[in-house]
Amino acid sequence: MNEMDNKWIGKNTIRPDGADKVTGRAEYGADTIMPGMIWGKVLRSPYPHATIKSINTKKAEELDGVFSVATSSDCVDFPVDTPVILGIQDIRWMARNVLAKEKVLFHGHPIAAVAAMTEEIAEKACELIEVDYDVHPWAIEIDDAIKPDAPILHDFIKFDGKPSNIAGTLEHKKGNIEEGFKDADIIIEKEFETAAVHQGYLETHACLVSVSPDDRTTIWSSSQGQFMVRAMTSFITGIPQSSIRAIPAEIGGGFGGKTIVYLEPVATILSKKSGRPVKMVMTREEVMRASGPTSGSKSKVKIGAKNNGKITAAQGTFYLQAGAFPGAPIRGAAGCCLAPYDIPNAHTFGYDVVSNRSKVAAYRAPGAPIGAYAVECVLDEVAEALNMCPLEFRLKNAAKEGTKAVHGPTYPVMGYVETLEACLSHPHYKAPLKKLQGRGYASGFWFNAGGESSAQVNITEDGNVVVTTGHPDIGGSRASIANITAELLGIDVNRVSVLIGDTATIGFSNLTGGSRVLFASALVVTESTNQVIDILKDRASKIWNIDKEAIEWENGEARPAGDNAGKFKPLTLVELAEQATPTGGPIGAGHQVNTVGAEGGFATHICDVEVDIELGIARVIRYTAAQDVGKAIHPAYVEGQLQGGVVQGIGWALNEEYIYNKDGKLDNPGFLDYRIPVCSDLPMIDTILVEVPNPQHPQGVRGVGEVPIVPPLSAIANAIYDAIGTRFYSLPMSPPKVLEKISD
Amino acid sequence: MSDVKFISPDTLEQAVDVYSKSSKEGKTKILAGGTDLLVQIRSGISQPDTIIDIKNIKELKEISNDNGSYTIGAAVAGAVLEEEKNFGNNWPGVLEALRLIGSEQIQGRASLGGNLCNASPAGDSVPALIASGATVKVHGPEGERDMPIESFHSGPGKTNLKNGEIVVNFQFPKKQKNSGDAYLRMIPRTEMDIAVVGCAVNVTIENDKCVDARVALGAVAPKALLVEDASKALIGSNFEKEAVEKAALACEAACNPIDDKRGTISYRKKVSKVLFKRALEKAIERAKKG
Repeated sequence: MNEMDNKWIGKNTIRPDGADKVTGRAEYGADTIMPGMIWGKVLRSPYPHATIKSINTKKAEELDGVFSVATSSDCVDFPVDTPVILGIQDIRWMARNVLAKEKVLFHGHPIAAVAAMTEEIAEKACELIEVDYDVHPWAIEIDDAIKPDAPILHDFIKFDGKPSNIAGTLEHKKGNIEEGFKDADIIIEKEFETAAVHQGYLETHACLVSVSPDDRTTIWSSSQGQFMVRAMTSFITGIPQSSIRAIPAEIGGGFGGKTIVYLEPVATILSKKSGRPVKMVMTREEVMRASGPTSGSKSKVKIGAKNNGKITAAQGTFYLQAGAFPGAPIRGAAGCCLAPYDIPNAHTFGYDVVSNRSKVAAYRAPGAPIGAYAVECVLDEVAEALNMCPLEFRLKNAAKEGTKAVHGPTYPVMGYVETLEACLSHPHYKAPLKKLQGRGYASGFWFNAGGESSAQVNITEDGNVVVTTGHPDIGGSRASIANITAELLGIDVNRVSVLIGDTATIGFSNLTGGSRVLFASALVVTESTNQVIDILKDRASKIWNIDKEAIEWENGEARPAGDNAGKFKPLTLVELAEQATPTGGPIGAGHQVNTVGAEGGFATHICDVEVDIELGIARVIRYTAAQDVGKAIHPAYVEGQLQGGVVQGIGWALNEEYIYNKDGKLDNPGFLDYRIPVCSDLPMIDTILVEVPNPQHPQGVRGVGEVPIVPPLSAIANAIYDAIGTRFYSLPMSPPKVLEKISD
Repeated sequence: MSDVKFISPDTLEQAVDVYSKSSKEGKTKILAGGTDLLVQIRSGISQPDTIIDIKNIKELKEISNDNGSYTIGAAVAGAVLEEEKNFGNNWPGVLEALRLIGSEQIQGRASLGGNLCNASPAGDSVPALIASGATVKVHGPEGERDMPIESFHSGPGKTNLKNGEIVVNFQFPKKQKNSGDAYLRMIPRTEMDIAVVGCAVNVTIENDKCVDARVALGAVAPKALLVEDASKALIGSNFEKEAVEKAALACEAACNPIDDKRGTISYRKKVSKVLFKRALEKAIERAKKG
């Protein structure tokens, strides 16, 4: 498609969800109500680690106003030794995370739930549930979890033949690492730590579930995947997927944290047992204690380079917290950390470490910021030792089309070099700095993803268009799909309405995650729309009585392809819709497929900080993010994704952290002491949209949502070093930590 | 929650009457703006059976200026005080401290009286009130009494109010010529945060000499502190380096902080010196302007 001719692709069209959101009409997870609805609340573990000897719910059940009580005994039993894989999750763990079974594994772990007339009664009833615990020692930090005499969370998990909290490993190898380091003129090795951080979505988890006497179940909830909600609820409750209809609400942020369920199976059980619709809404404290976060980590990275600036070898070891159940995002750390570079000899190794924290959930490029943080900080030190500009150093070692990546693939056309060049030629690169100000650079990579998507494109009787897809819109997919559909059909974008179907109204679509949605849904929408155009041509051929092949579709109308085809006045979409019934019936087409051809995304960031050395406060004063976005279908949304990712990275780098007290309990379960950046903490985040289209996609789309959180951690650390000459190896770089290190 | 009794008296006497009769079990709470109380109730920290809303009591909502001496009602909201233009010219440090509490929305409700009675060691307006030399008038079953702000608290969350006593208003001394006050706090973010250290300074200058000084610290001890040794170091000086350093060290010495999720002991001590110096500089600048 010739870009110059694009009417809608690449334009900042008005977002279809905008009016509803700014006028308060949009329905989020907690907004749905039903007649006869009752409220569910969760009883949570007061201990970080204990065996559940017994649960007695009798007193709770007898309380006035209580309708039903749920425990793990109401769930399908998944034996601990048999994996039940669903996507990247294991239902064995998911079921036990939703309602604890043999053990409670973190403070705040759900044990039971009550449905009652009011939330207050449900809460009171929770207090009446008697749980007999056998309390165990606990391990919160990685070092405590992997030491020889550590308390073991899951006896059946073995590492080196012994019970262990190391639940899994992953490694990538390329070339010969020993030879590579032998070839190096300079080798730098450093250790790093990062704190667990939460996705910080504004909307807390919420759902309303109604189960009919015949088990037909309707779920209204806010999630990143209505099909994920349906499948997980089906597994855990035993109700077949065909009987469950999951209706997605608008979503008030997810960032990966809503790719799993917490409440829906519980509310389903409570509704089934009570015969009433059950609503559940988490408090912020519950969200902080028992949902999300992403892993805290410790890592060691070693990089060797020749004096000419060529990297000869790189090695990284990453320990990531999984929380209470296996599944730390070690693939993101070990797989993405060296992806921007052409390194002949490399070895990365990741450890999945369970400990008595809440189970981690996906968070924007899961694991990748942790890996990149360590690697990009060491690269900064290597560049300094070689007396090279950090960007020129990266350019010298940049991966290109044809490079064999450490994590496996050989790269097709990709735009990493272009992001470096864009930064080098940006005014920010040469802008003067004042005293105590510094500039840092870092790059990052995310795999991106394809996967299953379904779409239906229907022409309405009045000749307009309704497009339905199957993934919650968390980053602008509706606006982008409208642009694409309008472009393909050659009609005004306002004639296209884009909706998110529920599990009963659209075919299976994998969840919104991995930066996959626009890539995948644009593919199925394009195919569906092309089928619709084909039908429209067919209808015109019937009206004109000429061959379909002699008809072309242009600017929203069917035209004879040339003079030989005959002289007919073009038929518009509206005219063809009017004649739909006599020409063959409703006009529409759907497509569903497992999409392939997603390609990774690369970014390079420039960050300026200013450090108040008396108070230890580092403030980001200027930020520029360059990213290969493939093709920006809706540039304002793409820019918003880059800015949002950077902001979350700034929070991660400077102030956000899960702080545990001596009793193994989270000490800052709220937005006062869990410090997400506020607007006044941030400069305007400049973006450079580098467009190297993905050749395997009709519009050239690459995922854009996750890459931008990968570079900020190290870009900020490197900038602080540039400002004050002190390197920090531990996140967050919060004021007390910074001041203590400066004062030393 | 549904069993809570809500009373909204029109007079101080009525309020004191109800409060003194019902407060013995500690289940009665006074509601001004409610920006602390409602949060405490929702989180289960406070479970009152009676709430007395004092916003209908005239004295508590009044602002008056008697020949340069301000009296500010305990329930006057930050946004309202901001509109009283001359107050901010007289006591910019007090106003800026009050205005740091919460968001713009919270400012429509949050009051000096509420901040004082909440008795958080980190309350922003308290050090500024102490530095200003203001007194607080309380009304109880046995009548009225005035207290200096620095002796109002007995510990974190605790006050020296007697049974049934309600805070009525704050009385500020007449602002001296060539005096100025300032309040600064350290927070990890730039707003919407709680002080890790707060410092207020109020100085009066005559012929370049410091003739009066009051220094107060917040969030570094179980309650906000008047640092008299810092005042002593400053009074009589020309704010020369040695005097300022001595006062800063007095601030550091006065700190009796804890290690917690918001900051370490050593961090708070170091920062108290820095904030003192910065607040002093600001106060001097204001004093020199009149």
